[in-house]
Amino acid sequence: MDSMGKARGKSRYYPTSLFDICNVAIMLLIGFSTIYPVWFIFVNSIAGADEALTTSVNWWPKTLYLGNYLAVFKDGGIANAFLISVLRTVTATFIHIFFTGMVAYGLSKKYLAGRKIYMLIGIVTMLFQGGLIPTFLLIKNLGMYDRFIVYIIPAMFNFYNLIIFASFFNSLPQSLEESAKVDGAKEFLIFTRIIIPCSKAVFATLALFVGVYNWNDYFMGVMYIDNDKLRPIQTVLYKIVSESAASVIQQQAMEALGKRISPDSIKFAAMVIATLPIVLVYPFLQKYFVKGLMMGSLKG
Amino acid sequence: MDGMSLLKRIKQQRNLHFMVLPGMAWMLVFCYVPMIWLVISFKEYDITKPMWDSPWVGLFHFKEIFSDDRFWGVIKNTLGISFYKLIAAFPIPVIFALFLNELKNIKFKRTIQTISYLPHFISWAIFGGILLNWLSTTGLVNNIMVALNIQNERILYNSDPRYFWWIAVISDVWKELGWNAIIYLCAISGIDLNLYDAAHVDGAGRFKKMWHITVQSIRPTIAILFILAVSNVFNGSFEQIFVIRNSMNLPASETIDIFVYNMGISQGRFSYSTAVILLRSVLSLLFLLMANYASGKLTGESLF
Repeated sequence: MDSMGKARGKSRYYPTSLFDICNVAIMLLIGFSTIYPVWFIFVNSIAGADEALTTSVNWWPKTLYLGNYLAVFKDGGIANAFLISVLRTVTATFIHIFFTGMVAYGLSKKYLAGRKIYMLIGIVTMLFQGGLIPTFLLIKNLGMYDRFIVYIIPAMFNFYNLIIFASFFNSLPQSLEESAKVDGAKEFLIFTRIIIPCSKAVFATLALFVGVYNWNDYFMGVMYIDNDKLRPIQTVLYKIVSESAASVIQQQAMEALGKRISPDSIKFAAMVIATLPIVLVYPFLQKYFVKGLMMGSLKG
Repeated sequence: MDGMSLLKRIKQQRNLHFMVLPGMAWMLVFCYVPMIWLVISFKEYDITKPMWDSPWVGLFHFKEIFSDDRFWGVIKNTLGISFYKLIAAFPIPVIFALFLNELKNIKFKRTIQTISYLPHFISWAIFGGILLNWLSTTGLVNNIMVALNIQNERILYNSDPRYFWWIAVISDVWKELGWNAIIYLCAISGIDLNLYDAAHVDGAGRFKKMWHITVQSIRPTIAILFILAVSNVFNGSFEQIFVIRNSMNLPASETIDIFVYNMGISQGRFSYSTAVILLRSVLSLLFLLMANYASGKLTGESLF
């Protein structure tokens, strides 16, 4: 992003004015309010029971109590949900990226016979969807309901992402593939051995986006999963948040630890654990995503 | 390759076709089959039987939808929330991008921008949980309101339908502000710097430049995003509302998506809820065409 250059050029025109001061103040307020939710769940996750049972902590915790995390890990349900989330995110993202990339490579060849028909089939899916109920009935009929595979196969392809891949592949120099073809390599091998290593930027960007989507999605676990053991952490959190399911976990934790624990603290500790992966990949995300955006990946 | 028959070409390119066809098969199953399933809105679908065996009922479900008072409430909620999102959540990121662009300190600007889109990457399950905590009787919002003497007693915000639209719109602005601003910032970064220098020579002040150069230059981006936003008025943001709705705020929180879920998944009325989906798709398409036409007439920008 080189909008910075302009601001640099402009600053010589104006002395600092009241507008600048107000602007900085407003920006500070916006910056604070967008980072505050993360701070809020963090301070509440380390609050002791006496503090947390009366009201939530807004600024600084009076105590640093890590028992809430212990309680979360002692609770088999949340630990298991975390594992499901990791498994789901890694598998679904890997397969999505490889599969969509492979199809995109084939479609990026302008000389492909029937390419227009293939593209039309894809573009229609961007304009019309069957929607919630027809998709639900399809998943049921395919026998994927309440199986781990429901996180993987229905999420393994996306035509928007295909377009981003294809436009990137088209920008690669032709000579790359031609030399391989002379050596007699098949297209699939060219894709895995040459195209993927040369397209790390687009693969990384899309993997981050698809990964964050898979990690954050709670609705599939509500819609297609009945078995508690197959629920990802976001769905468990959804149930805690909207159906007040925390009290059961709280009781188990209190029995296990022999201490008073507030259900809210457990909720916040689980939230911190569920947010941690996002915060960890955030620096990479923000490095890549402007690039990704330029490639047209803004969709959500 | 001239003169080669199609079949021969396909045979020669078979390795490429083998790479493309699995994607086509996937779309056939996961996109086109659900579209075919939409026909159950004209049938009385019974989940125990194959779809084609269920009897045709014509427009029965559509007649039922239109005579259902609850459905009109649903339409009101969907359009109401979308309308306020259009007048608040749509322009605020534009203004944010414009003001951010006026910051002089580049490091500060970058930091604010980086922080501002953090909430976008936090799931609605978590963000909704935080929100519900703040809106509870002992939560942050009540604490502030009571401390400032704006209200005397603590209010159960999320259980009162009167507040629901506010909550939905404000929390959406909060979560997506920075993210939605990125595309405008990208557009701003593409503006030719010489335009500003030329305007400066002509004696234009800061706000004149902001209006006549920055805003005018990103007008096509604004117009196209506006068309898309208008065509989305019937969609709402399902993941958001699904978390913060409850049985007490239902009169204000039941949007089309939630209604489809309640009718279809909770009550098992598959045909009825599919008819609602089909109706929504038709309305969305109409709105897209209308917004595209209006934008073309008013601003000269259109999608197609």
